[in-house]
Amino acid sequence: MAKLHLEPRIQNPDPLYKALAYLHTDLSAEESLVVNAKLLFLLINHIGDEAVVYEAIDLVRKDMDSSRVE
Amino acid sequence: MPVMQRTYQYEEFPYRPSREEQSGEIGHYPVVIVGAGPVGLTAANDLVYHGIPVVLIDEDNKVSLGSRAICFDKRALEIFDRLGVVEPMEAKGVTWNVGRVFHQEEEVYQFNLLPEEGHAHPAFINLQQYYLEEYLIRPLRDQPLADLRWLNRLEALEIHEDFVRLTVSTPQGTYQMDAEWLIAADGAHSTVRKLMGLDYKGRQFESKFLITDVVMQNEDFPTERWFWFDPPFNPGYSALLHKQADNVWRIDMQLPRDADEAEAQDPERVEQRIRRMLGDDVPFELEWISLYRFHSRRMDRFWHGRVFFVGDAAHIVSPFGARGANSGFQDVDNLIWKLKLVMQGQASPELLETFNQERTYAADENLFHTETSTEFISPKTSGQKTLRKAILDLAREYAFARPFINSGRLSKATIYPSSPLSTPDEDTFACQLAPGWPPADAPVTVGGQSSFLTQQVGGQFQGLLFLQKPEDLSAEQLADLKALAQKDVPIHTLLVVAQPTPLREYEGMPVLVDVQGLAWKRYDATPGTYYLLRPDQYICARWRTLDRNKVEAAQRHAGRLIV
Ligand SMILES: Cc1cc2nc3c(=O)[nH]c(=O)nc-3n(C[C@H](O)[C@H](O)[C@H](O)COP(=O)(O)OP(=O)(O)OC[C@H]3O[C@@H](n4cnc5c(N)ncnc54)[C@H](O)[C@@H]3O)c2cc1C
Repeated sequence: MAKLHLEPRIQNPDPLYKALAYLHTDLSAEESLVVNAKLLFLLINHIGDEAVVYEAIDLVRKDMDSSRVE
Repeated sequence: MPVMQRTYQYEEFPYRPSREEQSGEIGHYPVVIVGAGPVGLTAANDLVYHGIPVVLIDEDNKVSLGSRAICFDKRALEIFDRLGVVEPMEAKGVTWNVGRVFHQEEEVYQFNLLPEEGHAHPAFINLQQYYLEEYLIRPLRDQPLADLRWLNRLEALEIHEDFVRLTVSTPQGTYQMDAEWLIAADGAHSTVRKLMGLDYKGRQFESKFLITDVVMQNEDFPTERWFWFDPPFNPGYSALLHKQADNVWRIDMQLPRDADEAEAQDPERVEQRIRRMLGDDVPFELEWISLYRFHSRRMDRFWHGRVFFVGDAAHIVSPFGARGANSGFQDVDNLIWKLKLVMQGQASPELLETFNQERTYAADENLFHTETSTEFISPKTSGQKTLRKAILDLAREYAFARPFINSGRLSKATIYPSSPLSTPDEDTFACQLAPGWPPADAPVTVGGQSSFLTQQVGGQFQGLLFLQKPEDLSAEQLADLKALAQKDVPIHTLLVVAQPTPLREYEGMPVLVDVQGLAWKRYDATPGTYYLLRPDQYICARWRTLDRNKVEAAQRHAGRLIV
């Protein structure tokens, strides 16, 4: 059932991460959250496969739950 | 706290001592309805439509006080059309199809709920609930089949295997009567439900909403639904503006969760709030003020032996999407024909279970949509607010974001994709419609007179046979259709023809001319296509060619027939 890719797929992660980080340089905490949410919606729509998105949501929720327990 | 209502005069309906009070005897009736709200009144009209006598009791003697439901959907109008009560509603009501969504100062997008032509009724009319109830009461007042009993309150119930005994209090005392079947339409605080000790599970939302009606002569606001997220006049919260009859406008404003209820409803404060919204130069008068925290609940089952629950007694939703009363009308539309077949001994009581199945399915859909809308409209955490801000910002520019925006998913006819009454397709059809769907409408002419398909069907099982012209009907088809029309539970067929003809009827069957080709298109018809409709107009089976045995089997299945 796993459709969500969890193996490395990005060829050049450093510049990509840098671009993401730069996006937040001059933003308040609140603006950063909005920017992230916009990215999220753009990418969700691009992916277009709801099952993949639900899988990611589940994964993140489990991750949060376990980090809270610790 | 009500302000003076100026635009509507409440008539007090007369209390008259009932037969029971006059004779001291216990009356026996086939059907009693408790509650003359919009849903109970619709049930009474539907029973009369089917020729069934009905006693309707209500503890009050007036129509609904103040501002409650205003938006009535296309399906409700189709039902009211069948019942012959739609005309005054559409004449008085305000028609609308378009909604606009604003975020802060700007318009984000607009939507059209009925983008295609060729329907008898619009997506919505806005009409104050008191007018709607008045128009539903009017045809019942001189109706010999209907016994309306005002200031009659249900106090106690005795449930027997084949009847229910009601104890009713009136200004003169109490009396008893027996009902073979009881329809509980007594609203969210249903006495019937409480007396039977039945659950009404769900939750209450935390957000508070201020509901106000104002009178204003204003040409600047069109007859559309306008919804604001985080507007400058109600920062951080939402607002909704709607036009009703008599130049009355409904304004809903979301308030902070901790808002003081008395203070929020103080007319002076309300006036200030509305002035901030409309601007200083717009004259208006306050007509009504109330404050709500909405509920989301339903009963486990809507059918209990001799008792049916419909409308708010069975389910209650937040008003975003206008699914409250509208779903109640569909409960009634679904129930009455089934009850009639069972009362006549033509259907197995199993048919009544399908009322429960179909309408609890519908209630779940309505609960899902209204809960999701309410959560979108009143986000709780800062994370939820952020998500919403992001999608609203994106929606201004990008179409992909708009479907996520939820200011209410507006009420429509329920679709039953896996209705227990449907016969699955064995032929291929390339249209949206399928068994379990409400009928698609289309303009037709009958003997040269303009009409609509949905106005020509309903109340009984019906077939639609699509032909190029009436004369294409073969001798074999004619024999089959005659046999179907002569059954104990008849199936009357209408011919939907592509070519114009002045004929009203052909071989005793009504001829509908598909003047714009829309019926053929919407039903994906080919010559000889046959649709079988339930008495509530829903499609229950269809084929590319008429086969009498298959039609009979599909009808037997859809009506759980035992004759
Ligand atoms: C602010 C607001 C906005 C809304 N907007 C919309 C909308 O736009 N569209 C929509 O479809 N819905 C809307 N609704 C919901 C709608 O008002 C209700 O769903 C509708 O009134 C339910 O009708 P009903 O007949 O089931 O019950 P009710 O209207 O509650 O009627 C119940 C009746 O039963 C009677 N009764 C109660 N107990 C007894 C007893 N023991 N004996 C005798 N009689 C009794 C009462 O007197 C009453 O007349 C809105 C609701 C609110 C609050």
